[in-house]
Amino acid sequence: MRGKVVQPGLNFEYLMWIFTRISGLALIILAMIGLVAAFIYGARTQMDIGALLRWTFFPNPNHVTSTNIPDLEPNWVNAFWQVMQMLIVFFGVTHGFNGLRVVVEDFTGQSFWRPLLRGLIFLLWIFVMIVAVYVILAS
Amino acid sequence: MGLERKVGITTGLKYRGGGPMLVWLLHRISGLGIILFVGLHVLASFFTQQFGSDWAIAVNTVYESFWFQILVVFIVLFHALNGLRIVILDFRPELLQYQREAIWIEWAVFIPLYGLAVFLIIQYGLAGG
Repeated sequence: MRGKVVQPGLNFEYLMWIFTRISGLALIILAMIGLVAAFIYGARTQMDIGALLRWTFFPNPNHVTSTNIPDLEPNWVNAFWQVMQMLIVFFGVTHGFNGLRVVVEDFTGQSFWRPLLRGLIFLLWIFVMIVAVYVILAS
Repeated sequence: MGLERKVGITTGLKYRGGGPMLVWLLHRISGLGIILFVGLHVLASFFTQQFGSDWAIAVNTVYESFWFQILVVFIVLFHALNGLRIVILDFRPELLQYQREAIWIEWAVFIPLYGLAVFLIIQYGLAGG
């Protein structure tokens, strides 16, 4: 392959390679938005790091019931943060389960386990996405 | 996957890849850790929200303990910073000749950030916050 430019075709592996990078950047940006918002809404004086991490990645009113933050209503309980959570769930869960698939397929190679485990990971991905979106919408 | 690899675990353990291998390994382990953590956490949140199940509340209690937070902050922060390094080097391949320096920069950013986080977690943990 030396000295030759390899043109990647638009296959599944290539798309997931690109998606992993895009979603990773998206997650960092989304987390930064959550972190900055948490500080603006008073995290510096009212939260420990665990609660800050929870607000950063998943600003859901059910998510911090054990910490004493005075009022959630004006800042966090609205459609904007629900959309942000769904974006984080989509990018995070898809990035994660694709990573799991890559690691698993590094170990299985081309055996009959490969399609089997790929199907199982796909089902798990769908399942976790549905449960997470349900938690967001039911909050 | 056209590669035929017959590397046993003992040969694998003897391979000394140095810094780049260490961050590759940590990236995989931390990624698998996040899947386990987030997957369980999503399920526990669902069962806490809908049924108030005891096991789900127990899982959340473990997650809220400060020694677990020390672990989670390490895993999340490392995975994010190392992922950022990979993305930058992949999108700017001309920087690949500096990949070892990039790993040193990554640790130089990671260690102060993580140290500060651990300090605050322990401070809060000991204060009973």
